[in-house]
Amino acid sequence: MQIAPALDPLKNLQDHFSEAIVFTKTFRDELTIAVQPNAILEIMQHLRNTPGLVYNFLSDISSVDYHPHIPSAEHPERFGVSYHVYSMLYNRRLRIKVFAAEDAPVIPTIILVYPAANWLEREIHDVMGITFEGHPDQRRLLLPEDWNGHPARRDVPMGKEAIQFSFNVEDILKHKPRAASSN
Amino acid sequence: MASQPPATATKALWEGSLEELRGLVSQRAMTGETMLLNMGPHHPSTHGVLRLLLELDGEEIVTCLPDIGYLHTGIEKNIEDKTYEKAVPLTDRMDYLSPMSNNMAFCMAVEKLVALDVPERAQIIRVICLELSRIASHMVWLGTHALDMGAMSVFLYCFREREFILRIFEMISGQRMMGSYFRPGGVWRDLPTEFYGAVNSFIEYFQPKIDDYESILTNNPIWLDRTQGVGVIDPDVALSWAMTGAVLRGSGVNWDVRKAMPYSGYETYDFEVPLGEHGDVYDRFYVRVQELRQSVKILKQAMKKLPKKGLFRSENRKFVPPPRSELGGSMEAVIHHFKLWTQGFDAPDEEVYVSLESPRGEIGCYLHGTGGQKPRRVHFKTPSFMHISALPVISEGYLIADMIAIIGSVDIVLGDCDR
Repeated sequence: MQIAPALDPLKNLQDHFSEAIVFTKTFRDELTIAVQPNAILEIMQHLRNTPGLVYNFLSDISSVDYHPHIPSAEHPERFGVSYHVYSMLYNRRLRIKVFAAEDAPVIPTIILVYPAANWLEREIHDVMGITFEGHPDQRRLLLPEDWNGHPARRDVPMGKEAIQFSFNVEDILKHKPRAASSN
Repeated sequence: MASQPPATATKALWEGSLEELRGLVSQRAMTGETMLLNMGPHHPSTHGVLRLLLELDGEEIVTCLPDIGYLHTGIEKNIEDKTYEKAVPLTDRMDYLSPMSNNMAFCMAVEKLVALDVPERAQIIRVICLELSRIASHMVWLGTHALDMGAMSVFLYCFREREFILRIFEMISGQRMMGSYFRPGGVWRDLPTEFYGAVNSFIEYFQPKIDDYESILTNNPIWLDRTQGVGVIDPDVALSWAMTGAVLRGSGVNWDVRKAMPYSGYETYDFEVPLGEHGDVYDRFYVRVQELRQSVKILKQAMKKLPKKGLFRSENRKFVPPPRSELGGSMEAVIHHFKLWTQGFDAPDEEVYVSLESPRGEIGCYLHGTGGQKPRRVHFKTPSFMHISALPVISEGYLIADMIAIIGSVDIVLGDCDR
């Protein structure tokens, strides 16, 4: 079988999605292409299905919180989500990055292109509070259903969970309706 | 912040309302035509605390909803509060059956972020430790997998062999399991002199043992009956659900991070990547057993290459603390020592992603620095997490008893999954 020659992902995306690209960056040989969130589904489809690119494997989706957020060229919004896609055919990895606004962080889901995004997106929704529009299952994944807030955000302090004793049990159970109803 | 649900809704939630599951289970479950059965979190074959909500048509699995998070300890959040050097012991606790792989993932990410070199001897030591922990982890997998399927003796043999490796780990790091032996820039301390003899005698002792396991299982008709044709994963499905490791190779996809993106000098070792054909439970078992042989092969080559003396960690004093011997004679060494242990080192406000082949599959570590001494965000993409997320796809249409075989064959560790 003839294998199509490898294309330069940056040049190819610039040709096809020039308006959607926010910035590009290379650090330690890792290419990052930041794009507009509303184009993410089309870009992922393009990266996966174009001969010469064939990023057929979703390595990871990671989220990052730039709190306290000062808008800049490289951090236009508070939340960043990095998609790491990998091409087994050409043995290379690419990072696509999108940013989500502080007040209503919403990004379209890519579950239709990569089914593996299912739990990765659910985990980010759980711990970072970014909503993935169109995701079929937005329940909490790692934390209990009655948890308040999103612990991976930088403005959530470490270790502020009160320890339950008999004198403060009622106060604590107010925040844990499911635990309270089991008594 | 979510608002408080009304008291009546809370009550219904706790009692487990069917409405909660609408869209997640089939329509037949809503009418009671199929049965919903809870499996776990304390079922012995779930290898930890995994809860599965099975939807059953008779004995056949229609779908399953894995419920994880019972072992969530906020390791990623905790690492954000620690300097890079002090975060290493936390990573041990993720995949507790091969802590060295987690150490390695985090150390590689830090080394990439600050462009820190690792001396060649340290790389060889790392390869030896990684392969030993691969064998130790596969021993637990083989033992428990066989135990779940009713082959008790394999379990006892496997734990006997694993004990040898844990003693070697205790020898080098002072701890049997959570050694935290790898550090950014190399390893914690030099190898003790007994190490060389211990590993060589382990290799000699272990090689015939693999034949023993194979003679018990590989052609055993009961084993074949339980494993062949069960839990078949199509290569396309494996790729689209981002399965890695022996699960992917059992389906016949030739991809191993050690070959594709070699790290720590893996490109200099001669080893093969065993592949399966059908993608069933048996193929995954067979691939892992062959991996044991390849690990022994790598160990032999690494022991031959390993010099008795040399650097075991980088000499870049801005990132790696100086040895004790220098502290008495050099003011600069004292300053470095003090700065590194009180403050840590700075890493740029950039992001890196590294991946490596753990016994269970590809571990990815995403690390984002702040420009200061602590990371902004660490995220581990762990193989067990990806494999459990695909369990509904793998198990569909098989029997409950096959579910045990499937869980055993994808080799999940819940600490790895929940972090």
